[in-house]
Amino acid sequence: MNEIALEGYLGIGALLFVCGVLCMATKRNGIGVLMGVELVLNGANVNFVAFSKFGTLGLDGQIASMFVIVLAAAEAAVALAIALNFYNNHLTIDVDRANELKG
Amino acid sequence: MAETDRPTTNQFMSVEQYLETAESLKWLLTVAWLLPLLGFAVEIFGGYWGDRHNKVASYLAVGCIGTGFVCSLIALFTWGGATHWGHPEEAVAAAEHDHAHDEGHAHDDAHAHNDGHEHDEEHAHAEEHGPEHDDEHAHHVNDPYSAAFSGSYYMLGQFGDLTVSLDYYIDGLTIVMFCMVTLIATCIHVFAIGYMSDELTDDYEDHFVHLPGGKHFHRPGRFYRFFAYLSLFSFSMLGLVIAGNIFMVFVFWELVGVCSYLLIGFYVERKSASTAANKAFIMNRVGDFGFLIGLMILFTSFGTFRFANPHPTERAVEPGLFQMLRGEHGDLHIHGEGREAEVFLTTATGDHDKSIPYWLLVTAGLGIFAGCIGKSAQFPLQTWLPDAMEGPTPVSALVHSATMVAAGVYLAGRFYPMFTPEVLLVIAYVGCITLFIGATIAIVATDIKRVLAYSTISQLGYMMLALGVGGWVAGLFHLITHAFFKSLMFLCSGSVIHGCHHEQEMTRMGGLRKKMPITAYTMLVGVIAISGLAIPYLTFPFIGNIAFSGFYSKDEIVATALTHMSLNPVHFLLFLVPLVTAGITAFYMFRLWFMTFAGEPKDEHVYDHAHESPWVMTAPLLVLSFFAITVTWGMQIDEEGHLKPGYLVNALLTAEPAHVGEGLTEAGILGLSLPGHHAVHEYHATAGTAALIAAFAGLLISYLIYVNRAIDPAGIARQLSGTYNFLVEKWQFDNLYDAMFVRPVHIVARWPQAFDRNYLDGFLHALCRCAVWVSKWDRAFDERVVDRLVNLVGDVTFAVGRSLTVIQTGRLRQYVMFIAVGVVALFALMFVFMPTL
Repeated sequence: MNEIALEGYLGIGALLFVCGVLCMATKRNGIGVLMGVELVLNGANVNFVAFSKFGTLGLDGQIASMFVIVLAAAEAAVALAIALNFYNNHLTIDVDRANELKG
Repeated sequence: MAETDRPTTNQFMSVEQYLETAESLKWLLTVAWLLPLLGFAVEIFGGYWGDRHNKVASYLAVGCIGTGFVCSLIALFTWGGATHWGHPEEAVAAAEHDHAHDEGHAHDDAHAHNDGHEHDEEHAHAEEHGPEHDDEHAHHVNDPYSAAFSGSYYMLGQFGDLTVSLDYYIDGLTIVMFCMVTLIATCIHVFAIGYMSDELTDDYEDHFVHLPGGKHFHRPGRFYRFFAYLSLFSFSMLGLVIAGNIFMVFVFWELVGVCSYLLIGFYVERKSASTAANKAFIMNRVGDFGFLIGLMILFTSFGTFRFANPHPTERAVEPGLFQMLRGEHGDLHIHGEGREAEVFLTTATGDHDKSIPYWLLVTAGLGIFAGCIGKSAQFPLQTWLPDAMEGPTPVSALVHSATMVAAGVYLAGRFYPMFTPEVLLVIAYVGCITLFIGATIAIVATDIKRVLAYSTISQLGYMMLALGVGGWVAGLFHLITHAFFKSLMFLCSGSVIHGCHHEQEMTRMGGLRKKMPITAYTMLVGVIAISGLAIPYLTFPFIGNIAFSGFYSKDEIVATALTHMSLNPVHFLLFLVPLVTAGITAFYMFRLWFMTFAGEPKDEHVYDHAHESPWVMTAPLLVLSFFAITVTWGMQIDEEGHLKPGYLVNALLTAEPAHVGEGLTEAGILGLSLPGHHAVHEYHATAGTAALIAAFAGLLISYLIYVNRAIDPAGIARQLSGTYNFLVEKWQFDNLYDAMFVRPVHIVARWPQAFDRNYLDGFLHALCRCAVWVSKWDRAFDERVVDRLVNLVGDVTFAVGRSLTVIQTGRLRQYVMFIAVGVVALFALMFVFMPTL
């Protein structure tokens, strides 16, 4: 079985990350933005696991990625609650309508 | 002598006993001394902590000083038990019983004790007055400090050779003074609760302050403040008495002066009161200037301020002033003649390696005495005391008759070993002049308090005269007796003033004994005591003669003066003036009593409104009159005219400086002889009779003029109008000082004032204008340059911030783009500027 090199993992991570960022930047739907966030986090996770495998730190990177997964779950719960509330107030989840924080 | 070979014991007690007694006396008297300070610290806040209607401050003050009296009384009995009330031979005899001594002299003492003398006082009198009992006499001379205790509380600081510390010096005189001061102060505090009760209000109307428009002055009552001042005074006075060095005396000397100032000026809104307070303070400063000079001389020549160090084992290590100057027998080591004369001092090494020129010693004595002149209102600084009567009457009774003014006499007595015969002569003449001036002015004074004030001056003169002619015990004995009957009379006058609604003129009183019997008859006790009336040669056991206290003390003074005259016929005035003045004293005191209490009422209005004072005021009168009668109990003059000393005199005798008992012959530059105890003894009968005749003559004349109306006083005043006016004008002293000092000072002051107005003020005004001009420029620069710069910075920051708000759109997607683009830009920059990668 061919060993996949570190660059391969990093490439996948970068791809996921860019996809996530683009998703966040382009989607007007709040749920879509949330998905972008998940993609970004998982891109980072791939990097953690990859460095854990190829680096000298042992399981540290994998533990960090576990933390990130937990964090992502919590974040999704909070963010969905925000989205629901936002919908209750504005009858839409278009994030461009959420501009009350402008200076 | 055997006694000096064994420094571990003295004639009263062993070292252990001595140390034990010293410790307990120290604590008792320290508590008595410091309690009033505690009271003061609490009372002074009375106006903040309580309302002005409650009497808590007064109860606290009475409690403090009353406890002080109890402590003093315990101290008196502790001391008396340890010293056998000044009978050293009893102590020796007691030691004889306990364990046998091998020294011969102790056996001699025991013999003397068993032979012939059965009566204790007889024995004491033999000891004190009989040079024929050489052995016993030697005891007393050998160790003048055996009944004294001293030590140090706290060292304040050391400046080179000068050690300034808080010391105590306790001997018979200290303890007697403590008891006297605390007892009288307690009585007066209680009296003041009644006398000052009209201050218990938020709105006190002062009838003696006249505002423009005929209105009276209103102010909040100051009951608590009065008692705070009284407590502070008690503390200061007791500190002065317990002080163990002359510097500490000076400190408390000034403190009593301050209290006197505060109390005279208690009704500060009255112009007369504030002026009188200033006058008292300033005249005392004149005397204190001399005091300071004396202090400086003492320090440079002696290097210490302590009186004496009576501790039996440390005595040689740290000798005090008295021990350095006087030898064991109280003698001075004078070498050289005339101006070259020097006095050698005994220092710690026992050698005479220090000396002081004789003239300098005289100057030091005169300087210290100058302080006493100021404080005791002696000629020529006597004019402040009558004016001091502006204070409330309890103050006059406590501060200006019984205690503070007597402090001058006390200090002269305490400092007696330092006085040379020349200084004593000055003291005698100053006292002599003062007592005559005071008595003569008292004849014509009509204000009841002023009569008493002049009488006080006169009696203080008696005390000074007694000290000056060598009667150390006589002077201090009179101090104690006088304190009782004079404070009694002042309180009586306070009762009269209170009862007559602040009427002080005797010419408007009369017949008051029916309205206020207790006041009248206690006053009569005081009058009889001060006049020295007695029924001689009628004696009772324990009580002695039928005589009040003043008789004995005055008799002692006159007898000493008579002896002095017999030894120095040149100074005959020192006997004749006091003798004549004894008659004048009786005259003016009975004049006061007859005018106030006897005869017909002269002013119906005053008489109708007069009333006896409440019990809180009359009870102290009864207590004080009891002591005015009995304080000398145990004294008597027997058939041969010999005086037996009572308990009080015996207590004082233990503190007498060693050289007084024997007297002096042809001493000093003037060749002055001072009478010893034995010499005085011969003259008691003669002097007593003469003084008694003078006193009865005064009483008779007073009776003829003011009761019997056989002689018309107004007629005499008309005929002798020159003398009368001279006396009414107080011997012109006030006018004289006004012309001599006050007006020249005013004239001289006008010059500096003109200089001040024209030149100094002009210069200062020019300076001010300069400063204003400079600051105007400064302000312009500030406003135009500094402020604008600062504003510019602020404006720019604000504008930038305002413009940056544009990019905060609140849109989420835009922010994400910012982040992404920012990160990319950061990476780009990193690649550009970090060539190592």
